[in-house]
Amino acid sequence: MTGSLPLAVPSLMTMQDGGQGHSMAPQHDHAPAKSKLLVRSFSFFYGPTQALFKIGIDIPEHQVTAFIGPSGCGKSTLLRCMNRLNDLIEGARHEGDILLDNEDIFSPSIDITHLRKRVGMVFQKSNPFPKSIYENVAYGPRLQGLNQRTVLDGIVEHSLQGAGLWEEVKDRLTKSALGLSGGQQQRLCIARALAVKPDVLLMDEPCSALDPIATGRIEELLFTLKKELTIVIVTHNMQQAARVSDWTAFLYMGQLVEFGLTKKLFTAPAQKQTEDYITGRFG
Amino acid sequence: MRAWLKQFWATGDLFVWGCGAGLSLSLLMIGGLLFLILINGFGYFWPSDLIELTLKDGKHVIGQLAGEEVSPKGVPRIRVKVGNRDLYGLDYRWINTDQIVERSRPANLIILERREWGNFYGRVSALHKGDEVVTEGAASIQQALPPLLRQAAVPDSADAYSLLVADANGKEKSIPLEQVLRLLTPNDLSVLGKAWVYIGNVWAVLTTEPREANTEGGIFPAIFGTVMMVLIMTVIVMPFGVIGALYLREYARQGVIVRLVRIAVNNLAGVPSIVFGVFGLGFFVYGVGGTIDALWFSDRLPNPTFGTGGILWASLTLALLTVPVVIVSTEEGLAAVPREYREGSIGLGATKWETIWQVVLPAALPGILTGLILAMARAAGEVAPLMLTGVVKLAPALPIDGAWPFLHLDRKFMHLGFHIYDVGFQSPNVEAAKPMVYVTTLVLILVVVALNLAGIVLRNRVRKKYAGSAV
Repeated sequence: MTGSLPLAVPSLMTMQDGGQGHSMAPQHDHAPAKSKLLVRSFSFFYGPTQALFKIGIDIPEHQVTAFIGPSGCGKSTLLRCMNRLNDLIEGARHEGDILLDNEDIFSPSIDITHLRKRVGMVFQKSNPFPKSIYENVAYGPRLQGLNQRTVLDGIVEHSLQGAGLWEEVKDRLTKSALGLSGGQQQRLCIARALAVKPDVLLMDEPCSALDPIATGRIEELLFTLKKELTIVIVTHNMQQAARVSDWTAFLYMGQLVEFGLTKKLFTAPAQKQTEDYITGRFG
Repeated sequence: MRAWLKQFWATGDLFVWGCGAGLSLSLLMIGGLLFLILINGFGYFWPSDLIELTLKDGKHVIGQLAGEEVSPKGVPRIRVKVGNRDLYGLDYRWINTDQIVERSRPANLIILERREWGNFYGRVSALHKGDEVVTEGAASIQQALPPLLRQAAVPDSADAYSLLVADANGKEKSIPLEQVLRLLTPNDLSVLGKAWVYIGNVWAVLTTEPREANTEGGIFPAIFGTVMMVLIMTVIVMPFGVIGALYLREYARQGVIVRLVRIAVNNLAGVPSIVFGVFGLGFFVYGVGGTIDALWFSDRLPNPTFGTGGILWASLTLALLTVPVVIVSTEEGLAAVPREYREGSIGLGATKWETIWQVVLPAALPGILTGLILAMARAAGEVAPLMLTGVVKLAPALPIDGAWPFLHLDRKFMHLGFHIYDVGFQSPNVEAAKPMVYVTTLVLILVVVALNLAGIVLRNRVRKKYAGSAV
């Protein structure tokens, strides 16, 4: 990764036009106007190995927040904790809280399937099910017991439009989803996540396996999607973080090094480590 | 020298050639086996010419040439199927070639297929009705015969039809028409005519019931029994195998116990099948069947209904035998389902069971079907356990018929594998039964191939539908 600075990317400006007027760069515990997800001194362990160390981040509503950092820094782990996907891992445990709309997602009273409906996820490797395009999108709503064809048709169309895929697939909804191109598959996965009408969309390096054009389409999509939902994206690509996100968190070795407005973090990082990383001196 | 040897060793050429030779040898042996079965199996149906031999002592022999060889004493001889078991006792006869004065193929020689005593080879002279002569001469009798054969025979009535036939040496015999199945004059038939007879023979073997202690006639009940037993077994083994594999792979806590269970399951596949037969007899037939009889069929006791071998118990026993195969390949299929599918489904709010049912199982279906195919192939070829749990040499009725409840799971059944054993090794006339053994073997192989092909076609369709799944 070269050190070309992201200010050269024009979309950063458009993004800031609709911003919420935060002119100053907040530090770790400085919360933006309204936060959707609050991470409070959160630690996470894979068996004896500690992966996250007392992370604290406030993720603002209707904004794109990017997690950057070198491989193994814990950014994906943190993301996967936000809809408790890490529950599947044996021997994993956590300390601290994550609050979604001020409700502890780890509290025993929470319905985990309901949580996962509210916090959708798009994975690094596009993973459409081996079903038709229609059935892929209808999967989530069907799980909720929706079976009326007309209602499902509406949801499928709306979600595919939301993911910018409708025009390309509307004539072949019954064909296998595995016949789509990589970029289309990833947008189908976004549509599938949108179909359950989540509040938050977690994206784990959604573009890492895609070509630049497909990547560009998904990045464009984020600008429209954030009007409806809160987006958290993990990325290896610092230019991408600079292009699409409003806020950026830099993680290193399981620690949160810096969290702030993207514009601020990329131009005038407060920490030496952040500066070293974004200028390509390590990682 | 040593350097050369070392280099030769390092290239691995020796192993490549060794592997190639081993593979070729096994393919050659399998090919030879199949060739033998095909030739003998398909050859059985061909109505080959009858030859009439005149021997040095002035006697005549009529029969079909069945082989030539040099005897252990160095005398060349031929083997002739002379039939007429009622007259000669044996179907086959060796004749030294130096004894033969003349060979000929008269057109009026007949093969008379009968219900008893095997084929009659010789000449036909007249068709009688009661005592009066209806018609004479092979050609006219052949024309008059088919409509008469289709009529229901009235045994022992005074005006019953009968055929007057004579063997090679002119010894006459009257054969009642109710004993006659068909009259053929192979020497008079063109190749096309023989082909027609050939097709008719194939059809008859596939669709009719056996005659004469299974050595003649068809093998339809055995084909039916084999296919049906395999299908019932499939219906039983699939849910059990898949549920077992699902539990082991998806739900059970992976540890020592699960590993032990897995080892046990794998070893179960290596238990001799007769042991399963003994277990099936003790547990299913006497245990379960006996209890069912005592509870629901006590009015028929001491005659057992379910407390004796039957197609259900045989299928259950074979299901036990094949369940390890299904478990192992289902587990492999499940393991090959990408983790992304599960995470994608869980991430949409699905429960574990919803994920398994909606995403994991469909994606693992090709692996499951592979297990099914292996299980079917194994089950169709098993004989030993069946002999204890319900196979018979001659079943009075098929397991399916028009009488309620249509599917009679308590009935005994016939099986191609057992048919081979019975006809080939338990028959009183082994020589005469040999062609039937080849035919039955051929049909058994074809049935197994057909069942497997059906499974493979199904799997390919599933694979196409879920293209991209790993198995």
